[in-house]
Amino acid sequence: MSLLSVRDLSTEFQSGGRWLEAVSDVAFDLQRGEILGLVGESGCGKSTIAYSVMRLLARNARIRSGEVWLEDVNLATLDEEELQDLRGRQISMIFQDPTTALDSLFTVGHQVIETLQEHLNLDPAGARQRALELLRQLGIPAAEQRLKAYPYQFSGGMSQRIALAIAIACHPQVLIADEPTTALDVTIQAQILQLIRRLLVDEQGTGVLLITHDLGVVAQVCDRVAVMYAGKIVEFGDVHSIFSKPLHPYTQALLSSLPSKGIARGRLENIQGRVPGLADRPSGCRFHPRCPQAKAVCRERVPPLKQVSASQEVACVLYD
Amino acid sequence: MRLIRYIGGRLLLLLPVLFGTSILIFLLLRLIPGDPAAVILGLRATPERLAIVREELGLDLPIHLQYGQWLGKVLSGDLGKDFRSNEAVTDLLSVRLPVTIELTLLSLALAIAIAVPLGIRAAIKPGGIADRGSMLLGLFGISIPDFWLGIMLILVFSLALRMFPSSGYARLHEDILVNLRSFFLPALTLAVGLSAVLVRVTRSAVLEVMERDFVKFLRAKGLRERLVIYQHVLRNASIPIVTVIGLQFGYLLGGAVIVEEVFSLPGVGRLIVSATLERNYPVVQAGMLVVAFMFILVNLVTDVLYALLNPKIRGAGA
Repeated sequence: MSLLSVRDLSTEFQSGGRWLEAVSDVAFDLQRGEILGLVGESGCGKSTIAYSVMRLLARNARIRSGEVWLEDVNLATLDEEELQDLRGRQISMIFQDPTTALDSLFTVGHQVIETLQEHLNLDPAGARQRALELLRQLGIPAAEQRLKAYPYQFSGGMSQRIALAIAIACHPQVLIADEPTTALDVTIQAQILQLIRRLLVDEQGTGVLLITHDLGVVAQVCDRVAVMYAGKIVEFGDVHSIFSKPLHPYTQALLSSLPSKGIARGRLENIQGRVPGLADRPSGCRFHPRCPQAKAVCRERVPPLKQVSASQEVACVLYD
Repeated sequence: MRLIRYIGGRLLLLLPVLFGTSILIFLLLRLIPGDPAAVILGLRATPERLAIVREELGLDLPIHLQYGQWLGKVLSGDLGKDFRSNEAVTDLLSVRLPVTIELTLLSLALAIAIAVPLGIRAAIKPGGIADRGSMLLGLFGISIPDFWLGIMLILVFSLALRMFPSSGYARLHEDILVNLRSFFLPALTLAVGLSAVLVRVTRSAVLEVMERDFVKFLRAKGLRERLVIYQHVLRNASIPIVTVIGLQFGYLLGGAVIVEEVFSLPGVGRLIVSATLERNYPVVQAGMLVVAFMFILVNLVTDVLYALLNPKIRGAGA
């Protein structure tokens, strides 16, 4: 059984009295001990999937249909109290900007310890001890003093380590990382990604859903990847296959817009046109107005995600 | 240690502010037409008698000398004598001041007790009952003048229902129950206006904080909602709330003047009003100075609260 299984998830936002779909019929599985990348341009619905899974959608958003199974529990229908118990203990999340994710008025120690005490039956001394261990595990020097420090005294990278310590404090099975390194320097980025890989995935078998717009990050740490365009998954499969043989024209375009050694002196490709807004998503395949290989049928038919090889699925009429 | 240095710095700043205030009070008072000597003498006033009284009171000196004399005395702790009764102004104030302090503090406490919980509930459920209630309180509290509300409260609760006395009072240490009963209606009158402002500020501050990333993260880590709201959100929201309370304290002191009149409470406000009518310069000057001092003191307390609430300010030690 998969650890996390998202089935036909559609999420919509209210805007000027209308409900607009941000995520349409998205389905994927996350296994134990893997990092699944969710990649796409901004506005494609990656973060909306994350918030739908966590059930932390803003007031003006709701899950319209679909299921989110965390082992044998459907998160999509759980009530607030049950969710609160599962969050942090079974499923956790870290965010893009670590400096705003922590409450600036409380010490870092307080924020780690309150998490531990919320979910585990620990006395104050035990919780403190465990918090120290966590900080050390995450490579935070002088952990003892750092517990007493306030968030503003930390750099971005250190804050993200603290946020990670809080997120994994109670050994959740699933971690959702929403652009966890986008706000950080490249060198710090690599450190954080390695921590997630080594400490969580390899040692504890956590399943990580890594949301990013950065294909470099995907290539660096992900096992499998789902490529999203305008609220839908257009291609899904293991990272090696997709990077070596991208099938969907959108994936191909994304990859050829990346600078690489081979074309260091050539021109970088870019994708013509813009990502359509929520209100004016085209009919049929949503990529067809920008697709260099579009046919007449693309305007009418919505291509379903189809298995084309053992390790790759794609939603495109070219592979029918 | 840093906190003590911070408070020390703020206290030093107090001196120039008070100095400026004293000049302003002194000059403003002398801009009001009217002659204290004429008030004292009344019908007996003749040019000769007026000249004598003016000389006695020191009013014949140039204004900067008058100010210098007054300031010199104030600095040595002598606030002068009441022109009419010849009582020491310090004695007058020592009786009146506790009344005003109690009135403002009680109404502050009442306003906070009404507005903060209501504002939080309004923010948690926009459009809910608490939200509509807070809207009503906001509108009501801002639109209704203090003096009218005070009179209505007297009509209903003192005259019709006989629950509270309409005037008079006992000092706090004499009889605490009688004291609190006599302060309840005046404090409520003042509190309504303040809580109207406070409930709106609390609501919008809580709403704003609830949108911040760290609240999402607190929820993502599964912290129970009660702790999210009452520990994290409220503490963050309390910074704008404290700011508004500090600023609105001036409104309380101004309102106290009217409320003391309506409920015949012998406070500083009433003292200043009657002394102004009599052009009783030493009493007005001292009274205003004390009120200004209270206002500045409250703002000092606000600054200290900031530092206590926000570790970043404390760390900077500004």
